[in-house]
Amino acid sequence: MAIIVFIFFVIIVIGLSLYLGNKAKTSSGYYAAGGKIHWGVNGIAFAGDYLSAASFLGICGLIATVGYDGFLYSIGYLAGWIVALFVVAEPLKKLGKYTFADALDANYNSRDIKLMAAISTLVVSICYLIPQMVGAGVLVEPLLGIPHAWGVLMVGAIVITIVATAGMASTTYVQFLKGALLIVFSTILVGAVVIRGLSTQPDQGGEVPFYEYAELQAAQLNGQFVVLDAGWEVLEQVEVKGGLIFVRLSHAGAENWWYAHESDGGMTLMESQSVVTRTDGRWINGALASAENQLRPVGNLEQIEGQTQTETGSLSIFEFLASLTDKDTVVRTWKSASFTDAAGDKVTVYYPNDVTGDRIMRPGLKFKVEGTLLERLDFLSLMLALFLGTAALPHILIRYYTVPSPASARKSTIVAIAAIGFFYILTLFMGLGAMVNATMNPADSNMAAPLLARSFGELLFAVISAIAFATVLGTVSGLIVAASGAVAHDLFDRYLNVKMDDRQKVRAGKISAFAIGAIAIVLGILFKGMNVSFLVGLAFAVAASANLPAILMLLFWKKTTAKGIAASIVVGIIASLGLIALSPELFTLYGLNPLDAPIPFNNPGIISIPLSFITLVVVSLLTPKKEQAS
Amino acid sequence: MLHEPATPAGKDPAGPYKVRLGVRMFLFYLFFYAGFVIINLASPKAMSAIVFAGLNLATVYGLLLIIVAFIEALVYNAMCHKKETELEKPEPQAKA
Repeated sequence: MAIIVFIFFVIIVIGLSLYLGNKAKTSSGYYAAGGKIHWGVNGIAFAGDYLSAASFLGICGLIATVGYDGFLYSIGYLAGWIVALFVVAEPLKKLGKYTFADALDANYNSRDIKLMAAISTLVVSICYLIPQMVGAGVLVEPLLGIPHAWGVLMVGAIVITIVATAGMASTTYVQFLKGALLIVFSTILVGAVVIRGLSTQPDQGGEVPFYEYAELQAAQLNGQFVVLDAGWEVLEQVEVKGGLIFVRLSHAGAENWWYAHESDGGMTLMESQSVVTRTDGRWINGALASAENQLRPVGNLEQIEGQTQTETGSLSIFEFLASLTDKDTVVRTWKSASFTDAAGDKVTVYYPNDVTGDRIMRPGLKFKVEGTLLERLDFLSLMLALFLGTAALPHILIRYYTVPSPASARKSTIVAIAAIGFFYILTLFMGLGAMVNATMNPADSNMAAPLLARSFGELLFAVISAIAFATVLGTVSGLIVAASGAVAHDLFDRYLNVKMDDRQKVRAGKISAFAIGAIAIVLGILFKGMNVSFLVGLAFAVAASANLPAILMLLFWKKTTAKGIAASIVVGIIASLGLIALSPELFTLYGLNPLDAPIPFNNPGIISIPLSFITLVVVSLLTPKKEQAS
Repeated sequence: MLHEPATPAGKDPAGPYKVRLGVRMFLFYLFFYAGFVIINLASPKAMSAIVFAGLNLATVYGLLLIIVAFIEALVYNAMCHKKETELEKPEPQAKA
């Protein structure tokens, strides 16, 4: 079923691109769809462009694992559209032609701006492309049963086809289609979630029996665990960073890792799941991995408003949220820890972690708003970057050139805010639904929404997965159009002054799209396993640091000079990328201890955005005004 | 050679009004958003307070940030449209 829906969708997308191919014969048609898109279509296409894998897969996955902290991304991403609407939309439409660089350079005709804006577009687009491609691989793996790398390769090939056939025209209609379908089917999924209601033993509508995890009482003698129940033998115990203790138990010939948890003055061993990589293969929960032996789906409520072994039946949207917010509601989430066992094998244990509802439904599980000053600054930095990043994303900005007038640009932004805002409200329900319906893959949060859909039947899973796949296609197409414009239009045509007629400009754009698509494929394979929403958050930080100061000061400060703009972009890119490269999250990716990271927070915006603004002001004041072209 | 816009925009007599209005509405939203961030940083436990229909402050404030953005967008568009229509109307002829 899933494969049929998926292939049907791909045929429609490619057919649409080939049909629109004749609209991309000129550079105006290729880069800006001729500037003739209706504002309503453009508004939904904005949503299709913006609601990327990060929004659908990443945010739902984050909410499903850390609760309200994931919803912070929804809030910040939407708030950013306010900057786009009130400050950027109409002026940018008046100034620009095909690319972000066109708008920045409109009053200056500066080679520095052309070069820097093109580089910035490329850097931001590639930062944004990585999570989309990672999301593509994550989706295709369970959907078609093919490896991650093949999924990424397939998405890359389809997207290159979309962009190379009809540029912005096909990209717009693919994004429109995808944006509309995403919102409609997400609404259906949320409806299904609240109608099902909440249960402490979710069984996916009676289809999958709920797995009850066992608990054993234990004692410690001379530091060694002893299980009080008969028939259990302790084989090994390991203490990992943070003081967590895991114990390998044997019972009736089966072995698995358990999590040692102190409760009510005693020790409880909680049944966990484990993946052990041995020389003879991957062992899951004490047996060799196979099609039948995979990690069990997880996530449920241990108590609903103080009641155990209960279910609510259908709820209203407010009742659904209120039940989860209750301080006597207990949510069982799952965490992971990795270590090396006595035999030298790599072990990853997924262990239960019970959290009360009032804690899940406010910030703090991921972003330490009650932590140290640095941890609080990290949160502030993230919220700043999300707010300022949207209006600085090149693939979003170029969509303003596809409509016929500044008023259309404004109206399409309003449609976008309505569609995107509504979708982000849905993410809260989808994420929480995934958290409590025993559908989560403990090893990968990115599939939270499609796996939740699967619990309502294969058809909804197939449609939601196909839409999620289209989500990737739509956003990646937009990014590749933006990046190919930066290479072919900004660098070759404007900066290097390579003489090209209109047909050659379109061909240069298509060749650039091929090259950037190929880079995206490689990066999508290399970054497998990262949470896509986190990666997009970083792309926002780079965009907000490199581009937004230039846009705002160009519009609102008359002393802004070309050199000031170019310098601020350079400083914004270097500062944000440098801070990210030295952050704890990236140290984890390098395989190093995150505590050794020289930069103590993950989100660079709080330093790099002001630094870029200051650079622009200082350089503009030091640069003679006469250098401007007009 | 300077870059020409994708499509000619024409003269926009309502332009300065729209810029002023946009900046004011942006600042209003900025303060509203900043309030959310500040409460989280200064008094994170306050976000647990139940304020409406069993929902806590974090949920209500978060949803309001999304809903208010949409309402502001509608108001902004209506005011811009009104001003554009007003300034595009031909001057009424003076009575003799």
